[in-house]
Amino acid sequence: MPIRKVMKANEAAAWAAKLAKPKVIAAFPITPSTLVPEKISEFVADGELDAEFIKVESEHSAISACVGASAAGVRTFTATASQGLALMHEILFIAAGMRLPIVIAVGNRALSAPINIWNDWQDTISERDTGWLQFYAENNQEALDLILIAFKVAEDERVLLPAMVGFDAFILTHTVEPVEIPDQELVDEFLGEYVPKHAYLDPSKPITQGTLAFPAHYMEARYTVWEANEAAKKVIDEAFAEFEKRFGRRYQKIEEYKTDDAEIIFVTMGSLAGTVKEYVDMLREKGVKVGVAKLTVYRPFPTEEVRELAKKAKVLALLEKNVTFSVGGALFQDFSRALINEKEKPVIVDFILGLGGRDVTFKDLDEALGIAQKALAGEEFDEVNWIGLRKEIL
Amino acid sequence: MAESPFKAEIERVQKEYSEKMTVGAIATIPGSSVVNKTGSWRVFMPEFNRDKCVRCYLCYIYCPEPAIYLDEENYPVFDYDYCKGCGICANECPVDAITMVREVK
Ligand code: SF4
Ligand code: SF4
Repeated sequence: MPIRKVMKANEAAAWAAKLAKPKVIAAFPITPSTLVPEKISEFVADGELDAEFIKVESEHSAISACVGASAAGVRTFTATASQGLALMHEILFIAAGMRLPIVIAVGNRALSAPINIWNDWQDTISERDTGWLQFYAENNQEALDLILIAFKVAEDERVLLPAMVGFDAFILTHTVEPVEIPDQELVDEFLGEYVPKHAYLDPSKPITQGTLAFPAHYMEARYTVWEANEAAKKVIDEAFAEFEKRFGRRYQKIEEYKTDDAEIIFVTMGSLAGTVKEYVDMLREKGVKVGVAKLTVYRPFPTEEVRELAKKAKVLALLEKNVTFSVGGALFQDFSRALINEKEKPVIVDFILGLGGRDVTFKDLDEALGIAQKALAGEEFDEVNWIGLRKEIL
Repeated sequence: MAESPFKAEIERVQKEYSEKMTVGAIATIPGSSVVNKTGSWRVFMPEFNRDKCVRCYLCYIYCPEPAIYLDEENYPVFDYDYCKGCGICANECPVDAITMVREVK
């Protein structure tokens, strides 16, 4: 029987790691994800998880140790956030290029300067071009489930790419919710043991990993990462379906809520989706035709699903906790790209909000809705809008 | 300089790579980078004076490549296929048996 426990997303991530039985966990504590390795080290110390817990002196070392362990052929896990993930940046490319299915739990946090430990998505969004798969959790249960799914997809022979699972700083990392911990046997069946086919240490069959590639080979190597990302789309759908069959919880790359007859669809990720669903419920009572689309998977970018979604709405209102300078939010770029060659396409309005832990209130969403309604009515509107900005102090 | 003992094997694998990229660009034989002659980036090269050398092996130990071998009489031999001309050997040599000179090709 699965047990239900009240826990923070950080603990849920640690539980997911425990259930996945990685052989090596290397981690450096960073707010707000510190509790993840803390809890894992407890599991290891108490003999509940048979793994090597490597204490390192920085996140660069943490991910480097993970690359080493994964290259040696074992399931590997780490957790980080914000500057910690940024410090891993260099090695993130290496992990993807070497096709090592490492999984990172990321407590999504703003980047300095100024120093800010609260939530936005700038950390993971900034790593969108590393080749890593990216999942975003709406709540603590999703944090646990998506980590298991991330392992499943990452280790699939058709993919073999590392994956990161983001869950919002403090909103999830430090907030308790009931979380169902699935049975170990079922997780074992779902994940199976990681049997490396390409990257492993075997003295009788020596190989060189992390090789040098001259111009004659580098481009092809990069293309295989591209191909693996594309292949991941199908594998993710399969993993979601299998997860639902075994554990009863359904995931989709884009989860839609009240979108069928919606004129305006809010698009968002992570915990903000929960807030926006509430907001949409309230608007629906007033007869306003709005819906929500939540991206559970951001990389690989669900282009096909976005095109399907776009057919349903007149306006897509993107709610983003990140900034891509000169563009707006990263989603704005991705959505524009996905729809640019479509014959019929909705108007896309971009909203930047909730940076650095700024609360996103219904008042903020009203402001966004107002602009989206202008766009719907064919009036002039700004493509990029900063919502909840305290203009009086600028 | 003696040829890499892996030369034939390396050439076989290189040919294989040209035909098919491996997952994660793995090289299925060790030491395959031996064929990547990295000495071509050099500007200065170590010039060795055998008469001064006291065979302390500091150069041999410190060479980061390592591009220094020892001959039958245990004198250092510089492998210019891989020596990057960093000058560490010349700096470490206690008797100035190594001088860095501009390489003229
Ligand atoms: S110059 Fe540098 S690379 Fe060349 S032999 Fe001396 S220490 Fe080695
Ligand atoms: S460091 Fe100088 S003396 Fe010592 S072995 Fe090298 S060349 Fe000879």
